[in-house]
Amino acid sequence: MAHAAHPRVGHVVPLPVLFAVLGTLLVMTFVTVAVSRLDFGRFNLWIALGIAVFKASLVLLFFMHLKYDKPFNAFVVIVSMALVMLFIAIAMTDATQYEPDRIPGYAPSIKTNPQ
Amino acid sequence: MSHESSPHLQHHFDTPAQQFDAGKLGIWLFLATEILLFGGLFCAYAIYRANHPEVFVYAHQFLDRVLGGTNTVILLCSSLTMAWAVRASQLGQRRLLIALLSLTLLGGFGFMGIKFVEYKAKWEHGLLPGTHFSHHEEREAEAAPPAAATPAPVSAASATDVKTTIKPAARGPSGTVRRDELERRDAARHGKRPSNVQIFFGIYFLMTGLHGLHVLAGMGAIAWILVRSIKGHFGPEYFTPVDFVGLYWHLVDLIWIFLFPLLYLIS
Repeated sequence: MAHAAHPRVGHVVPLPVLFAVLGTLLVMTFVTVAVSRLDFGRFNLWIALGIAVFKASLVLLFFMHLKYDKPFNAFVVIVSMALVMLFIAIAMTDATQYEPDRIPGYAPSIKTNPQ
Repeated sequence: MSHESSPHLQHHFDTPAQQFDAGKLGIWLFLATEILLFGGLFCAYAIYRANHPEVFVYAHQFLDRVLGGTNTVILLCSSLTMAWAVRASQLGQRRLLIALLSLTLLGGFGFMGIKFVEYKAKWEHGLLPGTHFSHHEEREAEAAPPAAATPAPVSAASATDVKTTIKPAARGPSGTVRRDELERRDAARHGKRPSNVQIFFGIYFLMTGLHGLHVLAGMGAIAWILVRSIKGHFGPEYFTPVDFVGLYWHLVDLIWIFLFPLLYLIS
């Protein structure tokens, strides 16, 4: 044991790492607010999601110790997130394919069959 | 492996490491179910945003970016204090652990306080889901200064109509204003309102409400380990509850990282 009080299990994350992660998270929060004021059309959503995924990865890897953990724990998280993405992707395939006036006032605004 | 008697080692585990890893896998499986739970709401969000982009663009301007951003910073900072608290418990720094857990709990109170301010404003402006949606920027009573009701000018045609016994008022009693006038003022300020704006607020309240419940649950768990750390239960030999509560608190932060841009920063 390098340190008398070092625990037998788990990993002690160094303080500079924790503060660097917080600093990056705060900067990225500022960036995501700033970027949302610019107009990139439909890419605004994907930029915002990309920044969110980056921030989430930092939290998972360092605050939640996944970088130092058993890989199986990371596997559990990645699989659950992949299943959520699969769920949304399959649900989205026909989300805009309904007739506009099937339920008056509550139907999708996108015309499925433009004349 | 020598069996040194650890008071925290349950008899059905061989080593503290095995016990710790088993518990940690259990927590991660629980967090996976939480991700799936919120996944359903993110799916609803995706479908409604694909179908009604104009509703999201219009409605998001009623959310306060400054309050939402402040809450993001509060949660991120409380995540740092939580991660630091886990470190303190691993290293046996009891006083630091108590201070950091208190700070984390304070962050939770700050987040819920701001959430309360936001919800209160939505409630007062009628920005509510479903049939409760009744938004007007100004309420009818505040829209115009109180004034006596004045009779409408009587035209020659209506004056000769003997059936007209009650004259319509040009101006309503005690400062009311016509609904179409209110709608005109709202449109001048926020642009034309698309139909079904209440859909956005249904999604907003469900997602932030479920997230808020998780913050409250996390605060309860932090309060519990705060009491136990004051009693001196944790140290390098045993810090498992601090670590696991920390994982839960970070997940709550993680979900907010996605909610903030998706709800507040639509462009």
